[in-house]
Amino acid sequence: MEIFVQQLINGLTLGSIYGLIAIGYTMVFGIIGMVNFAHGDVFMVSAFIALICFLLVTTVMGITSIFLALAIVLVVAMVFTSLLNWAIERVAYRPLRGSFRLAPMISAIGMSIFLANFVQVTQGPRNKPIPPMITDVIVLMDNGSYQVTLAWKQVIIMVITAALLGGFWYLVQKTSLGRAQRACEQDRKMAALLGINVDHTISLTFVIGAALAAVAGTLYLMYYGVANFADGFVPGVKAFTAAVLGGIGSLPGAVLGGLLIGLIETFWSAYFSIEYKDVAAFSILAITLIFMPQGLLGRPEVEKV
Amino acid sequence: MATSPANGLPRWEADPILIVEHLFMRFGGLIAVNDLSFKVGRGDITALIGPNGAGKTTVFNCITGFYKPSEGRLILAHGRAPTPEEIAEVTRIGERSLVGREAGVFLLERMPDYLVSGGAKVARTFQNIRLFTGMTVLENLMVAQHNALMAASGYSLKGLFGLPGWTRAQKAATAKAEYWLDKVGLTDRADDPAGDLPYGAQRRLEIARAMCSEPILLCLDEPAAGLNPRESLELNTLLRAIRAEHGTSILLIEHDMSVVMEISDHVVVLDYGTKISDGTPEAVKNDPRVIAAYLGVDEDAVEEVEAELKLDTNPTGAGA
Amino acid sequence: MAVQTADTAPPAAANPVLGPAFKDALIVGLIALGLFGPLIGFETVIIDGALGLAYRPSLLAIMVGIIFFGRLLLNVTLWSPNRKPSTHTGPTLFDRAGTVMGPGVKPALLAFAVLFPAIAIFSLGGLNESRYLIDLGILILTYVMLGWGLNIVVGLAGLLDLGYVAFYAVGAYTYALLATSAPINDFFAGLFGATFWANWAFWICLPMAGIFAGVWGMILGFPVLRLRGDYLAIVTLAFGEIIRLVLINWVDFTNGGAGIASIPRATFFGIPFNAGPDGFAALFGLPFSPMHRIVFLYFVILALALLTAFVTVRLRRLPVGRAWEALREDEIACRSLGINTTTTKLSAFATGAMFGGFAGCFFAVRAGFVSPESFTFDVSAMILAIVVLGGMGSQIGVAVAAAVMMGGMEMLRNLGFLKQIFGNDFDPSLYRMLIFGFAMVAIMVWKPRGLVSTRDPTIFLKERKAVSGDLVKEGHG
Ligand SMILES: Nc1ncnc2c1ncn2[C@@H]1O[C@H](COP(=O)(O)OP(=O)(O)OP(=O)(O)O)[C@@H](O)[C@H]1O
Ligand SMILES: [Mg+2]
Repeated sequence: MEIFVQQLINGLTLGSIYGLIAIGYTMVFGIIGMVNFAHGDVFMVSAFIALICFLLVTTVMGITSIFLALAIVLVVAMVFTSLLNWAIERVAYRPLRGSFRLAPMISAIGMSIFLANFVQVTQGPRNKPIPPMITDVIVLMDNGSYQVTLAWKQVIIMVITAALLGGFWYLVQKTSLGRAQRACEQDRKMAALLGINVDHTISLTFVIGAALAAVAGTLYLMYYGVANFADGFVPGVKAFTAAVLGGIGSLPGAVLGGLLIGLIETFWSAYFSIEYKDVAAFSILAITLIFMPQGLLGRPEVEKV
Repeated sequence: MATSPANGLPRWEADPILIVEHLFMRFGGLIAVNDLSFKVGRGDITALIGPNGAGKTTVFNCITGFYKPSEGRLILAHGRAPTPEEIAEVTRIGERSLVGREAGVFLLERMPDYLVSGGAKVARTFQNIRLFTGMTVLENLMVAQHNALMAASGYSLKGLFGLPGWTRAQKAATAKAEYWLDKVGLTDRADDPAGDLPYGAQRRLEIARAMCSEPILLCLDEPAAGLNPRESLELNTLLRAIRAEHGTSILLIEHDMSVVMEISDHVVVLDYGTKISDGTPEAVKNDPRVIAAYLGVDEDAVEEVEAELKLDTNPTGAGA
Repeated sequence: MAVQTADTAPPAAANPVLGPAFKDALIVGLIALGLFGPLIGFETVIIDGALGLAYRPSLLAIMVGIIFFGRLLLNVTLWSPNRKPSTHTGPTLFDRAGTVMGPGVKPALLAFAVLFPAIAIFSLGGLNESRYLIDLGILILTYVMLGWGLNIVVGLAGLLDLGYVAFYAVGAYTYALLATSAPINDFFAGLFGATFWANWAFWICLPMAGIFAGVWGMILGFPVLRLRGDYLAIVTLAFGEIIRLVLINWVDFTNGGAGIASIPRATFFGIPFNAGPDGFAALFGLPFSPMHRIVFLYFVILALALLTAFVTVRLRRLPVGRAWEALREDEIACRSLGINTTTTKLSAFATGAMFGGFAGCFFAVRAGFVSPESFTFDVSAMILAIVVLGGMGSQIGVAVAAAVMMGGMEMLRNLGFLKQIFGNDFDPSLYRMLIFGFAMVAIMVWKPRGLVSTRDPTIFLKERKAVSGDLVKEGHG
């Protein structure tokens, strides 16, 4: 029982991070119908930006308040990652819009390889650890031999995720940007004819996706305390799995899917085998796509003849 | 022409090739086809007409297996009209079809789309043309003969080694393609990509392609749409020739009344998924419900007209 | 990274060039500063066990400067508003080259491929000296074969497969496991002599590897082939990763990440390439040289690749091949013509997988060692990039693309001289994948349809006319 509760907490924490990344996949897929393979690596780059910023803030500027430092890091990472994703869309995807369907996908794969290796070349292949921060925990249960703890870190992650999702939900549902976005999803040509700046809307989608990925990257760095150039691909695929599981194109679905993937991964590791945890995630991806391609919250796609 | 002299019944009653019984198709809350029953006569040209959104294409999709009907039975008869016992027998045993030496009964609603075409021999065209645009005209016609050629190529084994049986089959298939190219006047363009053809030629090619699969029932979804008057006339000739020379029954959706009245033996009218009229072109033309549906008169007005004319609204009686 | 801003002025003769060009370059430079600032400007280094920062302002300045001046140069030359935009949209240079040289290209390339070892040996003056070139030839041909195999799936049938490496792995492990299996060895030792299995394993396992990979193709393909578009791509990617992870973790069976070593080498149809009295050299009266085996391997992979090409060309002209292409064009129309799309897709998937399996078997026998490391997603991406760069469906295009890509990758390996410029810490091989990724993006932006974009019809009545690439669809599955 105690182990179960502990895994639940850990799973939800991990799931929040996946959920944040998954939103980027879901939004981009919704609006231009492509799987942005590079998104996982954008997340990884954001973790490095956060790492560098954290080192600057703590060692060079000497800020000691961990919360202030975290806030600065968060904002900086969001800004630079957004710029990066904006540029990626501009350079690698926009020229290919409306062309051959495979071209943007190959381009995205190329971009993913480029980003991972760019970080490897500039920052080195080794794990970059930072000293653990915010180590306080709340003990929820204690049966003498096993303590169920809720770390402050985990609280922060969940709170930030929830707050961002709320704000983001508002943005997409209630503002004109959200409306433009949904219009472009439905019919890009028509939206353009009605005076929506499609390029602008798509750019903004990438920027928002990157900003959320940057939050995920920062939280990931804070939670695990390491960054590595190779840590983009697998979390990326898992977040994509989350997006698919929740129903691609659906924002609440992406978060729900993220939480589920996080839970499945932690429980699988705890109760079955940690070696096969990625196999479990990939299998879920395959099984969902095969048996439930519309996902949990997505709309079924009807084939009109 | 539509009446078989033997018993005075119209042919679609005496010798139906396709029997649609209580067909329903629902999309969520929308009922696109609502309890539709009609028959298609063997050797007839039957027209399915109705205003936009009436559910005509949906009926086609049900017949050709692209949609699984929500309810209903679709009986296709090879050779001769099936007896009620035969139909009951296939339905009971749960098979897709019951095929004898000179006759066969197919329950289309139980068959996947490719078997409706390959097994039951129902070919179709699409409202928005679906050609293999990146393949040449000739290749389009070769793909249509896939199943026959596949068997002849020994499922690729004979073909891989170029054995004579396969070469012969390939020659025969090319000859058949040439025959249909000639029929639709596209011989000169045989080696051009299908996507390069003008619209009218694409429509004809789609019909030729469907015919290359040797159907006994050809379903055409708005074949005259987008054709100019001359092309429209040529289409009439083509369809008549198909029926006369190949004995293929034709079921077509059409908005162009000149085509419908000119070539069809039997007309079924749909409105909001329900059949509102069924009979010979003359009978349907004068049916006030049809007029109302096409002119957009509301229900009350129709009833008024009906009352005035004291018309029998029993649809099957309309042909008499 | 050059970012093209959208507002290109109308081409009037007397446009001011320098001012706007400078402004644009400045903006781009600033963006570059933002992009590169964090990762190039700072380096995270581990000092005394703790993480610290090193600064690289000059490197950052150089990078941003290159981008700024590059952009400026382009703005006033190539992208100058005073230049007439090129309106050329006809067939590409490569397409035209193909038509001009026409039927001569294929035999010429074939002759070159056959004579390549001889050319290498004579031009480099000896067997041993040519080793590098022939090894490179083997590598390129392996990827040509993989490209051609995947081309059946992606180029002809229009099914996007991102897990092709799985079948390569299945082929390689089939050979590795069977060839090193002690029970099988003992079994044959009892029947035909102690060295039988070591000498014949490759030739017996080669067809088995292909068939086995093909069967795997069907097993994996069956559930996923009704998926469309990108979903299919993702599921195949997932399967590819699952297979690799299983190879890593199922240590009892595959020896895990350590891989399988000392796999029996290829033999000249049962005659081993060794210095012994029964060896190839002794039997043919040649002085022993390890290069005999390498040259022989070259011809084995050449034959395998040509087999792939031959079968593909033949299949394209059979109903099954036409059905693949028709499927790529319009799946619904296919079904309306009685084509069972599931079996048709499966046949494409299995055929492609089979050739991947052959190639995998060859890989194992050439390297003598297999491990999961060799079957990462990057390999799938590389093969897919070759197919797409070649122009989907074009055999010649794929072969040229494989040669360009693998040759290019190999050249990047040889940038050792750069050490003299950048100092000894500089490891050029690190930049291989970096440049490869960048090249993938650049090639797609430059030529989204690949080198050869026209399609060759499979049958004709009077005249064979190439189908323009704009009409050829790319498939949805
Ligand atoms: N796959 C589907 N999912 C949901 N609704 C559908 C689907 N196919 C058809 N419909 C709906 O069913 C109704 C009938 O459509 P259908 O295409 O059969 O009309 P139609 O008679 O062919 O019209 P038209 O003359 O314009 O071609 C329409 O309201 C349409 O929106
Ligand atoms: Mg319609």
